[in-house]
This record gives sequence, C-alpha cells and structure tokens, in this order.
Amino acid sequence: MITINQYVRAQSLEEAYELNQKRNNRIVGGMLWMKMQRGRVGTAIDMCDLGLDTIEETDEEFSIGAMATLRQLELHEGLNSYSDNAVRDAVKDIIGVQFRNLATVGGSIWGRFGFSDVLTVLLAMDSYVELYKGGIIPMEEFARMTYDNDILVRVIVKKVPAKVIYNAMRIQRTDFPVITCALSVVNGEYRSVIGARPGKAVVVRDEAGRLKGGINEESASAFARDVAMKVHTGSNIRGSAEYRTHLVEGLTLRNLMNMGGKC
Amino acid sequence: MEISIKLNGRSIKCDIDPDMLLIDLVREHGCYSVKRGCETSNCGLCTVLMDGKPVLSCSMLAARADGHEIYTLEGLQEEANEFAGFIADQGTEQCGFCNPGYVMNMVALLRENPDPTDEEILHYLAGNLCRCSGYEGQLRGFRAYLDYKKSKES
Repeated sequence: MITINQYVRAQSLEEAYELNQKRNNRIVGGMLWMKMQRGRVGTAIDMCDLGLDTIEETDEEFSIGAMATLRQLELHEGLNSYSDNAVRDAVKDIIGVQFRNLATVGGSIWGRFGFSDVLTVLLAMDSYVELYKGGIIPMEEFARMTYDNDILVRVIVKKVPAKVIYNAMRIQRTDFPVITCALSVVNGEYRSVIGARPGKAVVVRDEAGRLKGGINEESASAFARDVAMKVHTGSNIRGSAEYRTHLVEGLTLRNLMNMGGKC
Repeated sequence: MEISIKLNGRSIKCDIDPDMLLIDLVREHGCYSVKRGCETSNCGLCTVLMDGKPVLSCSMLAARADGHEIYTLEGLQEEANEFAGFIADQGTEQCGFCNPGYVMNMVALLRENPDPTDEEILHYLAGNLCRCSGYEGQLRGFRAYLDYKKSKES
C-alpha cells in the first residue's frame, strides 16, 4: 500500500502541473492501479474539481476528459454509435461496474499499460491526446513516448469515416486479457491493433495492400498472417508467446471476416 | 485534513489522514456491512454508492468523497429488504460474506435498469465475487424477485 503525506484538489491545470513537477508527487486517477503499488507519495494531486469528467461530442470529434470514467465510455451513446459498440466491447469486461465507475480514461491512457483494452481500442480510431504542455499529439505517438511530468488533459477521437471491431481473449471474464485485438478501417486505411502481447498495444497497417481489393477469405488470411508475423509477443502467466501469436492471427482473421459484412 | 460527507443521509464532518480509504472511514462510522476482501479491486465486497453510483470503497481515497453522498447497506435497509429474502431463499448465502456487496450492486442495477434480462444481471454483477455459491443461486434469487415484482404489478 502506498502512503500519502498530503492530498490536494488542484484548482487549475497549472497548479496540478506545478505540483506534478516534484518527483514524489503523483496525479491520482481512479487510484486502482496506484493502490496496488508500494511507496510514499508526497502530494496526491486530484484533478476531480477541474471539470474533466465529461465526454463532449461535436460534429467533428469526441472530447473525453481525463477524469471521465470507463463506465462513461461504456454508456456513451454517441461514441458507441460511432464505433459500432467497439468502445463498449473493449471496456465491458474490465472487472465490474464498480471498478469502471472509478477507473479513469486519463489513468488508463497515461499508464500506457500493456494489458490495456482502452489503449487498444483508441489506437484503432483517429485519436489524439492533449497534454497540458505538450499540446495535441496522435495517440500512436503518445503510446511510444517515455513517461514525463506533463499532464494528460483529454483524449480526442476525430469523427472521420471509420469502422471498428474489438475482440479480446480472456481466460476468464473480468480477468486481464491474454491478448487484445482491434481492427479498423479509418479513412480507407486498415489497421489492426494488438495489445496485451503482453507489451503495450501496437498498430499494424496493411502496408502490403492485402486488403486493397476488399475483404474475402484469401485477403483476410493473408493480412492476418502479416499481422501475426509483425507483432512481437512474449510469455507470461497468462500465455506463451506462441499461443499469443496464434491468437493474433485468429482474432485478426475473425475481426476481418466480421468486418467484411460491414464494409 | 477535514472533510464533509453525507453518510446514509446524515451529514458528518471527519478529520482524516490524506491516505485514508473510504472503506475505513465508513467502517469507523459503524458501517460494518462494508468489508475488505481481495485488496485488488476485484471482489466487490466493499461496494458503496457514491452519489448513487456503485464504487469500490477499498480503492478510493476518503478525501475524494469530500462533498459527496455515500450510502452503505446500513442506509438502504428498506430498499434491500424487498429482495434480500429472495436471495436467501435460494440458499445463496452460505457464508454470507459477499452478500452486502451483492445487495448494494443489485440496488444500483435496479435503479438503473428496473427490468434487466439475465444477461444484463450477470454483466452488472460480474464485479461481485462469491466463492461459495457458483453464482447461479444469486441469479435465481434475483430473477425470482423480478418475477414476483412483475406479478404484483400486473
């Protein structure tokens, strides 16, 4: 368990940022992962008073505040209509409703956790993060960045023409995923996103143009094989690298065949 | 630090440590239905309602509850009494340890969705673990209550 010397509800992003520059201070998201850690936190910085707990929709984009919860993602009609329920599918098996009412989008994305269903599904869309000092950057770039002391303000999902499908393999419902797999076609570009490899999610694009002529059994199998070859997998308590690679191919193929009917 | 919360309908002020968890705060105030189970945010034993939404009190700083309304089973006796008997009738309460968490989440489900399907019930209660019963009893009990409610209404 962590110990906390001081708790501050930041009254501005600037205050949160300033406090976060000190090494042993920490931003509190849902606190679900932080609670599992050990150590001493100087100041726990809570951004719950900054109005970042909403999902706003305009004609061009969804703006998801860092303090919005996974349950809000699950229930947001606009976001789920846009993503063909892929967002709901991605979060619905994350523990339980009580957990998802606490877990924040900001905490899930900032952590860039290997097991993250949320990062996987957002990478499949035209998504960005807004950092307080770093500005707006593509989610894919953010996922590769090293941790710093900036503050994640919101996640942006652009409403470009897209189809998204989400699938994950779990040994048991509500457990960590063995592998996560999202497939999307965004502005005509196919991408397969693979997470829980067990490393953090990576994006594989159809560089060889396997799906150029559309989705059929042959093209889908070829792309699924490409994805399985390109994605580096590893072993842990939930599965071996070989098993994961097998799942990558299988789930990508399944997603493609399901998407075939939607394109 | 001092916080003010409304606990089971009663406004209270408390002097707390910055790292105090909500579960410890409510138990200090006599709400012993709220239990510590897995310590990994998985089991749902510590479920309370914050502003009407079910949350895990074992994973939330008490300081974040400042200014909010918290309900535990102690404050929802009347609402819970309606269906708790149906759960007991199925022999679901073998050790009973998980039961308060279940009942709290069932209250939340019924407020959100008064007529859930079996699939919706299982989905909503997936964050409540029971190591005695295998879950079928809870589902049967809950279904029996919903059927009884419907028959009473018609």
